[in-house]
Amino acid sequence: MFKRTSAIARKFDLQGSVIYLGFIAIFLFFAITLADDGFLTTRNLSNIVLQTAPATIMAIGLVFVLSAGEIDLSFGSIVAVSALAAAVVMQEHSMLFGILAGLGAGLAIGWINGVMVAYLRLPSFLVTLATMGLFAGVARSMTDLRSIPVLSDTFTGFFGSGSFFGIPSLVLWTLAAVIVGHLVYRESRFGAHVIATGDNARAAQVSGIKVPRLRLAVLMISGGCAGLAGLLYAGRLQAAKYTLGESDLMTVIAAVIVGGTALNGGKGSVIGALVGSLLMGMLNNGLILMGLSVSDQMIVRGLIILLAVAISLRDTTRA
Amino acid sequence: MSANSETITSPVLELKNIHKAFGGVVAIQDFSLDLKAGEIVALVGDNGAGKSTLIKIISGVHAPTSGTIRLDGEAVSFSDASMARSSGIEVVYQDLALADLQPVYMNLFLGREKVRKPFGMLDRRAMMQETQALVDELDVRIPSANAMIRDLSGGQRQGVAIARATHWATKLILLDEPTAALGVAETAKVEEIVQSLKARNLAILIISHSLDQVFRLSDRICVLRRGNQIGVRETAKTDKNEIVSMITGLA
Repeated sequence: MFKRTSAIARKFDLQGSVIYLGFIAIFLFFAITLADDGFLTTRNLSNIVLQTAPATIMAIGLVFVLSAGEIDLSFGSIVAVSALAAAVVMQEHSMLFGILAGLGAGLAIGWINGVMVAYLRLPSFLVTLATMGLFAGVARSMTDLRSIPVLSDTFTGFFGSGSFFGIPSLVLWTLAAVIVGHLVYRESRFGAHVIATGDNARAAQVSGIKVPRLRLAVLMISGGCAGLAGLLYAGRLQAAKYTLGESDLMTVIAAVIVGGTALNGGKGSVIGALVGSLLMGMLNNGLILMGLSVSDQMIVRGLIILLAVAISLRDTTRA
Repeated sequence: MSANSETITSPVLELKNIHKAFGGVVAIQDFSLDLKAGEIVALVGDNGAGKSTLIKIISGVHAPTSGTIRLDGEAVSFSDASMARSSGIEVVYQDLALADLQPVYMNLFLGREKVRKPFGMLDRRAMMQETQALVDELDVRIPSANAMIRDLSGGQRQGVAIARATHWATKLILLDEPTAALGVAETAKVEEIVQSLKARNLAILIISHSLDQVFRLSDRICVLRRGNQIGVRETAKTDKNEIVSMITGLA
């Protein structure tokens, strides 16, 4: 009656299994070719995971946005504004106000994006392209390009270098975000409505789903995730600067697409985004260990992303 | 024959003197119709006659400019489609309004998903089982309740859309051109399903351009021309020539 295999596949979110094969292939490639360069050391591998934590959290937010048929290009700028907001507030006030400022900035920018997309009916691509530039400018002018140190040990421990029960806090944040993100995406009515809206917005609308409110919600989720990513950057680097998040746009979008989320909505995977993000982090790390110059790294990474995206799009859009 | 046919059983839906104008343009003029449970009424008329406007008025998308709508004898005024839906009126849209990348059961429960307490997690198993039971009962032949919509044929999709309406409707189903895109065999299957809905004590209002279909399915035929109600006929007591001349206005 019900196909058992597909039920299991859905349960574990294994749609677009190319990502998992690709991940293993690239891992093995680096493991063999970089065996003498320390790729396989625990320290290096855990570094990869720690470094990708902010990108993974941004990627989870983006899964919701893309699944709903929208896009967010502004999350990189949100990261910088949130990190700076938290750092600036913490110069005068307690850590709690810093956290609230950072997350609040992310949610507020997400809200601005969302209102324009959901209620003014402007295309999310153009809205977030504009706010990406706008808030990159805000981040620069907030502190006149200066870097702001984050001195609270509690903050840097909680969001950066600390650990609980021997597990690094960045790993715990990643795990928490993935678990909550996955459950909301796969198991809640809200997640089902997000996916249905991206699949067929008119069908969602006539089925009683409040589509505008949902569009606002997904852009606020993305803003909130970027805000949290900003806190993690500030915690790990013990400082906030306008350049934070600047280079994450391509990496995060690639991670999400490679992870099996459809660019035009209706389909996605939070677990896939995690694996995609780890894949991007691993690529970064491996190419540096191979001794490639920065320009060569950019070229090779671009080519590999292109290939990976092409393969995973074939996989996710086959009719 | 008058537009209102007097009957013993009280009607599920009563439309009285419905009038709808968009700005200065009159779309519907003085329309009255009663629909009884277990009855199929066909709404026919040329393009632009006002059939879709009428469907939108009944389903709560548009409010009539004047006139009254009664559901089970009670006057109602819907401010939006979800109000009409919660009163037991379901629409099968011409484009079906199905989410292609989702399984059949998620479409059946779209916007009204079943969840388990206490965390509000989707109860996929229950939704799948209910869907399977319903499609079996209606004899909608699909591979399984878990099949993806895009893997289904046009007739199967139409069957799913009708099954969804059947699952939620308690009073009335509006069908907008249910077989316009289907082949002969699939049309016959869909007509069979529509017929079987009469036994569920639902009132059915169907828009169709195929007079053959209208004569096969309906108990009564209501003709619209340029927003005017030309008349209502009992299907058994009329013929195609009469209906065609009512539609075109040519004797």
